[in-house]
Amino acid sequence: MTGLSIDELSMRFDLPNGSSVQALQDVSLDLKAGEILTVLGPSGCGKTTLLNIVAGFLAPTSGQVVLNGHKVTGPDAERGMVFQQGALFEWMNVRDNVSFGPRMAGKRSRDYAGEVDHLLDVVGLADFKDKAIYELSGGMQQRVALARCLANEPDVILMDEPLGALDALTREKMQSLVLKLWKETGKTIILITHSVEEALLLGERLIVMAPRPGRIHKEYRLPFADLGVGADLREIKRHPEYAPRREEILGMIWDMEEEIMGRQEDAE
Amino acid sequence: MSGLVVLLVYVAIFAGSFVVAKFLVRRAQNDFTSLKTVTFGDESAVVSDRIASVVSILTLFLLWGAFTGSTLVPKFLHAPGPFEGVATFEYTAENADGDRDTATVTVLVHPITETVSAPEIEPGDGWAKNDSDTVGAWRSGLIRVDKNDEFTKADGARVIEINGQPIEPGGEVFTEYGRVGMSGKGTPNFVPKKGWQMEPIWLPPPEAVVKRVGEIASEGYRDSTLWEHLGYSLFRVIAGFFFGAMVGIPLGYAMGLSNWFRGWFDPIVEFMRPVPPLALIPLVIIWAGIGETGKIILLFLAALWIMAIAARSGVSGVRISKVHAAYSLGATKWQILRYVIVPNSLPDIFTGARVAMGVCWGTVVAAELVAAEKGAGMMIMVASKFQLTDIVIMGIILIGIIGFGIDMLMRWAERVLVPWKGKG
Ligand SMILES: Nc1ncnc2c1ncn2[C@@H]1O[C@H](COP(=O)(O)OP(=O)(O)OP(=O)(O)O)[C@@H](O)[C@H]1O
Ligand SMILES: [Mg+2]
Repeated sequence: MTGLSIDELSMRFDLPNGSSVQALQDVSLDLKAGEILTVLGPSGCGKTTLLNIVAGFLAPTSGQVVLNGHKVTGPDAERGMVFQQGALFEWMNVRDNVSFGPRMAGKRSRDYAGEVDHLLDVVGLADFKDKAIYELSGGMQQRVALARCLANEPDVILMDEPLGALDALTREKMQSLVLKLWKETGKTIILITHSVEEALLLGERLIVMAPRPGRIHKEYRLPFADLGVGADLREIKRHPEYAPRREEILGMIWDMEEEIMGRQEDAE
Repeated sequence: MSGLVVLLVYVAIFAGSFVVAKFLVRRAQNDFTSLKTVTFGDESAVVSDRIASVVSILTLFLLWGAFTGSTLVPKFLHAPGPFEGVATFEYTAENADGDRDTATVTVLVHPITETVSAPEIEPGDGWAKNDSDTVGAWRSGLIRVDKNDEFTKADGARVIEINGQPIEPGGEVFTEYGRVGMSGKGTPNFVPKKGWQMEPIWLPPPEAVVKRVGEIASEGYRDSTLWEHLGYSLFRVIAGFFFGAMVGIPLGYAMGLSNWFRGWFDPIVEFMRPVPPLALIPLVIIWAGIGETGKIILLFLAALWIMAIAARSGVSGVRISKVHAAYSLGATKWQILRYVIVPNSLPDIFTGARVAMGVCWGTVVAAELVAAEKGAGMMIMVASKFQLTDIVIMGIILIGIIGFGIDMLMRWAERVLVPWKGKG
């Protein structure tokens, strides 16, 4: 079977002082190949933990992640990751960063060079191939990170707030790019974000997580991602279903944040 | 006293040139910094003033020249030199019967490099006869004024006045030519005025030092030419540093990557790091003698811990997201070491290398001061035993220049080889 299945994941962090944090509890989720899922939730609800387990950087205390029929036990080229920032290799130029995956797999330059050039074209960095990473703007660096991930041809792309550090305008362009790449490549994508708008626009499916213990609070199926491919994202925001959804989710997250604050005050 | 004068002159030049540069030199500054209204407290707006640097270095040489009577500095800028020429003073002696008589002492004060004979003089009237003697500039001389008198010390005569001023054993009288003291046994002791200049055996003028460089460069000192001395020191530093880096860097990597290595070597490294390499010199001499092996072992030890710690912090400084990204792109452990951890640690290793080279250079000079047959440190140590101050100063300047050169070279290599430093 193809697709990603997350099966009753629980994760407990035991702290050195003897207490423990239940970062995830019984999180289950099935993603078909080619689906794009966005994850929202207040700070500390276990989003990064969930992604790290799917990526294979962390082993869950219980439960399992199954991709295309086999269990995830560690990081692998089939699951690519795009980090918020700072995960590029400054000691390599743009081209070498993007071709890192194929090179590590031992492929020959002539086999991947065309694909790398094509990807750099797609993300609009054709003229920056030989530039050093530190000569690029934040938005350009994130495009390199995307291209690097795609060049390795993973089945699943995991993104932890990939656009969080960008300004509003660059961010909107990058959102369009993500949608375009999703449609063109047909990858399964999980994208974590703090922006409700981004989660609505990019998520074919959207989950809102709740903290302590970290769990899935509510799940939505949304039409906007499909509509947004190749369209002006500001048009999509005028869709009659968009504003009510946004208000609903914003309210939900507000309530959760308030509850957290209240609990903290009680604890003091 | 003269130290204070030098300091005052220095401060005066500092302030004076500042005022002159401020009001006379209009710099065409039209970069962004000149438009800043807030500069005090804005570190980025403080750039080192070229004029100040040039004047600063000129001032040092000027002071050096002025206070050593250098021929490179115009005469009118010289600090007052020591008195040279003919000095005279009168002494009054009293014999056992209470009879007094006065006579003149003529002293020829000569440059210490020359040998002269005492000037011819008339003996004069009375029982106290005129005397004549020589004293070198900056030196002093006991003048046995009674030895040609009709009544000598043995007859009970003694000197009671100099230039009409009473004096006793242990006392002193100042004249226009210098100081006349009196020894415990009643013999006048003439000290001509020393002026403000430094005697060449304490501080030779710049041209003497330059001349020495030429001499030692061509003729050598202690069986080796200058370049051999410096070359030996440099060779030891490079060899010691090379072995230290060859062992220290892999050790640091192992400590950054493995619990066992970290646990095993942490106590050793953390203990050895604060031990100054100089403190190891005696032990190294006992074990390996004063030859090349001992020096290289010492410098190896000096570089080893620094390089190990630099490599370790280079490894632990890698952002975990870079490592995660590499794993997700399918890299193996070896590939991660080769393509992520090693390049990521290079900036730290270069910083460590710069520190290690500096420490090694300092250590080699110190070790050569203690015991060596060749080397920059040995050269100045031996020279100091013979009061060859010009060689000592030349050596110090060359050691400084080489140390500075090494640092510049390392910085240049750093810029070329790790251009991403501090930009991650
Ligand atoms: N290595 C760890 N050790 C101990 N506790 C941890 C660790 N990693 C995460 N936690 C805890 O697990 C909970 C979830 O953390 P996580 O980073 O997954 O949250 P998040 O939803 O990604 O938050 P944010 O939106 O701020 O990134 C938090 O309470 C956090 O304190
Ligand atoms: Mg997070």
